[in-house]
Amino acid sequence: MGAVVGTLTMQIKQRRPSTDTADDDMEMTMASHRPEGLNQLEAQTNFSKGELQVLYRGFKNECPSGIVNEETFKQIYSQFFPHGGKEREHACAYLSLSLCSFYPAFFSSPADASTYAHYLFNAFDTAHSGSIKFEEFVAALSILLKGSVTEKLQWTFNLYDINRDGYISKDEMTDIVRAIYDMMGKYTYPVLKTDAPKQHVDAFFQKMDKNRDGVVTLDEFILSCQEDENIMRSLELFENVI
Amino acid sequence: MAAGVATWLPFARAAAVGWLPLAKKTMPKPPVDSSSRSDEILYVNVSGVRFQTWKNTLDRYPDTLLGSSEKEFFYNEDTQEYFFDRDPEMFRHILNFYRTGKLHYPRHECIQAFDEELAFYGIVPEIIGDCCMEEYRDRKKENQERLAEDTEANELTDAPLPPHSTPRERLWRAFENPHTSTMALVFYYVTGFFIAVSVIANVVETVPCRPPKGSVKDLPCGQKYELAFFCMDTACVLIFTFEYLMRLFAAPSRCKFMRSVMSVIDVVAIMPYYIGLVMPENEDVSGAFVTLRVFRVFRIFKFSRHSQGLRILGYTLKSCASELGFLLFSLTMAIIIFATVMFYAEKGTKSSSFTSIPASFWYTIVTMTTLGYGDMVPKTIAGKIFGSICSLSGVLVIALPVPVIVSNFSRIYHQNQRADKMRAQQKVRLARIRMAKKGTVNAFFQYKEDRVDCTALCVKNRSAFEHQHHHLLHCLEKTTNHEFTDEMTYSELCMTESVGFRTSRSTSLSSQQGATGCCPRRARRRAAMRLANSTVSVSRGSIQELDTLHIKPTSIPQQTRSSLNAQAGDLKLNCGEHDFTAAIISTPTPPANTPDESLPPSPAPIPGILRNTRATAYTHDTFKISSL
Repeated sequence: MGAVVGTLTMQIKQRRPSTDTADDDMEMTMASHRPEGLNQLEAQTNFSKGELQVLYRGFKNECPSGIVNEETFKQIYSQFFPHGGKEREHACAYLSLSLCSFYPAFFSSPADASTYAHYLFNAFDTAHSGSIKFEEFVAALSILLKGSVTEKLQWTFNLYDINRDGYISKDEMTDIVRAIYDMMGKYTYPVLKTDAPKQHVDAFFQKMDKNRDGVVTLDEFILSCQEDENIMRSLELFENVI
Repeated sequence: MAAGVATWLPFARAAAVGWLPLAKKTMPKPPVDSSSRSDEILYVNVSGVRFQTWKNTLDRYPDTLLGSSEKEFFYNEDTQEYFFDRDPEMFRHILNFYRTGKLHYPRHECIQAFDEELAFYGIVPEIIGDCCMEEYRDRKKENQERLAEDTEANELTDAPLPPHSTPRERLWRAFENPHTSTMALVFYYVTGFFIAVSVIANVVETVPCRPPKGSVKDLPCGQKYELAFFCMDTACVLIFTFEYLMRLFAAPSRCKFMRSVMSVIDVVAIMPYYIGLVMPENEDVSGAFVTLRVFRVFRIFKFSRHSQGLRILGYTLKSCASELGFLLFSLTMAIIIFATVMFYAEKGTKSSSFTSIPASFWYTIVTMTTLGYGDMVPKTIAGKIFGSICSLSGVLVIALPVPVIVSNFSRIYHQNQRADKMRAQQKVRLARIRMAKKGTVNAFFQYKEDRVDCTALCVKNRSAFEHQHHHLLHCLEKTTNHEFTDEMTYSELCMTESVGFRTSRSTSLSSQQGATGCCPRRARRRAAMRLANSTVSVSRGSIQELDTLHIKPTSIPQQTRSSLNAQAGDLKLNCGEHDFTAAIISTPTPPANTPDESLPPSPAPIPGILRNTRATAYTHDTFKISSL
């Protein structure tokens, strides 16, 4: 009799069509945004119409909703760096199962680009709305790719100044430098020492902080950068990346 | 996410400006992007449906056809577009892959068609998006299973035997596929009959027969007619042993055969008899001997060679092994639990049949499978409550794995149905293919005749393809110096070869057509060859090689026919000069003429050859070029 019941239940299950389509998908509303007109953007930025079109096509393809939130931003940026983010986490999870007792260093904070991406996001998101719209995206790119040296340096200063108080403190610098070193990951040559970021920051401050007051202001920053030949030359390299 | 990475690269590079003030060293020079043109729209014409897309879109995946320079092969200069002669419906999906980065599998399309399109465009199926991957995988697996069955079915078809099989192979084939020959079929039915006889004998043995005179007790028939049953058993076992040894001998891989299930069943079926013969009539051992006789019932499993349904059942059980295992395990757990509970519930009552927990197992099993014999019944209230819970849960536990087993069986059964249908269709298909092939062969014969007989009127209704195809077959004939023929003629030849047929040597040939003409033609060739060979000795020394070369590989029919027309069209010579074109080239023309004179006056074929050779000599220039 058990067999009979079993067969019957199976038949019933087969006949019922699978209505597993998630109705809750309908509830997913996406905030969408359309940028201002092409002419306005052309006026505001240093890009030509054609360049703006190319940029927007790529942007829209990846983010059909028209805005980039921080998660997506981090994901996108992490793709460029081999040891960035998720892969490392998975590797660590596996390794920790097998080696946790022997090599605690293995699963120390995994390298990822998300910290730096976070700072970058904040630098792009000039309106501090929590998401980057196309105009902000293009504005930042315009400065970085087609702006003057001063504008670029200003933008970089903004990036380093995490709390937007007009001064770069040693802590902020350390955070930034550590975030950059994190993007390298664990496997570097020569092996990354734990105090490498600190040394880097010390060297930087020695160079930048002219009046030795422990913070770097915008003018100090721009001045010391302009004095440095290397930096000036490097800034020219990233022109016309599009 | 290759698309995404490519699109955002400018952004990432721009963001690198943020590193610059911190850099300890100078940055390396960036790569010069010389190929950076402004983006352009490409036109892709797929069987008339015109698609347009940005070049950048296609460049996202450089290891596919459309993303690499391979598409230049399909570029049409006149229309300034890329033309592909493929399915436009499928192309839509392919192009969407470039656009969105996700490849979708259209459910209504055939899986093989889709796979072929992907292979053409250089896209690996592994990148199908998660949304469609499961469907794709399922259908692909189903398709592969079906194809595997088809090839298996093909191997077992009643196709004619390969011509040079050893007796061993033939024997194996006869065993595996009884329909191939009547002997095999007879053997198949005889073994089936004897299996039935053996099983029935085993059964009837135990039926009580009327006791012999002078006794009151009923005897089982086995004891009353002991000798008869023994003889029958011996006969059956002999047949089974013989069959097993034959199979073992014929098996292509003896180890594999011995390990197969059917072989094990065979051994188990016949072993008890031999062991019984060997064993002494000892009291201690006879108990074991009786147990062995039980194994004789395994002979019934030998029927699975004869029955498809049994095999399906066996296969189903094998494939549901895990579900059956689960069923068994869960049942065991439940039995132990409920037996314990029932035992302790009924412990108090006197004259309780639940004497121990193992004793309660029997009650639990009978209750859970809803048999309910009633030989053990709980008397206490607690016992009755637990007993009812036991029977309810039994229904559930058994009902769980059953649907899986049933669906497995259904699937395998349908597969088998399909396999049978395939086999039937195969026969029809093969017959059709054979007919088509015969058609082309006939067309080829027609072509050859037309070449010789007619002139420009030959065009008839043949396409350029057919013309070239026939020419190709013709060249092959010339190379090997043999002719294509059909089955009838071939079999006739095989029969008449030894007879040395020399009839119908002359004019009847030209009027004959096709198959019927071949036989006498062939025979004539052989006759001519024999005669020709005899002339070798006659010819002069220096030309001896030429002669042999000329004459040995001649294909007479063409020559005879062409010889009849030789005056008319030397250029239409079809004889097998190709093989000895080299010889012709090296020898000067005059010697070719001498065999004419040296040979005695002979029946028509020989002049045919000779005329041909002369013509060959005249025209060897032509054929120098055309030789393969």
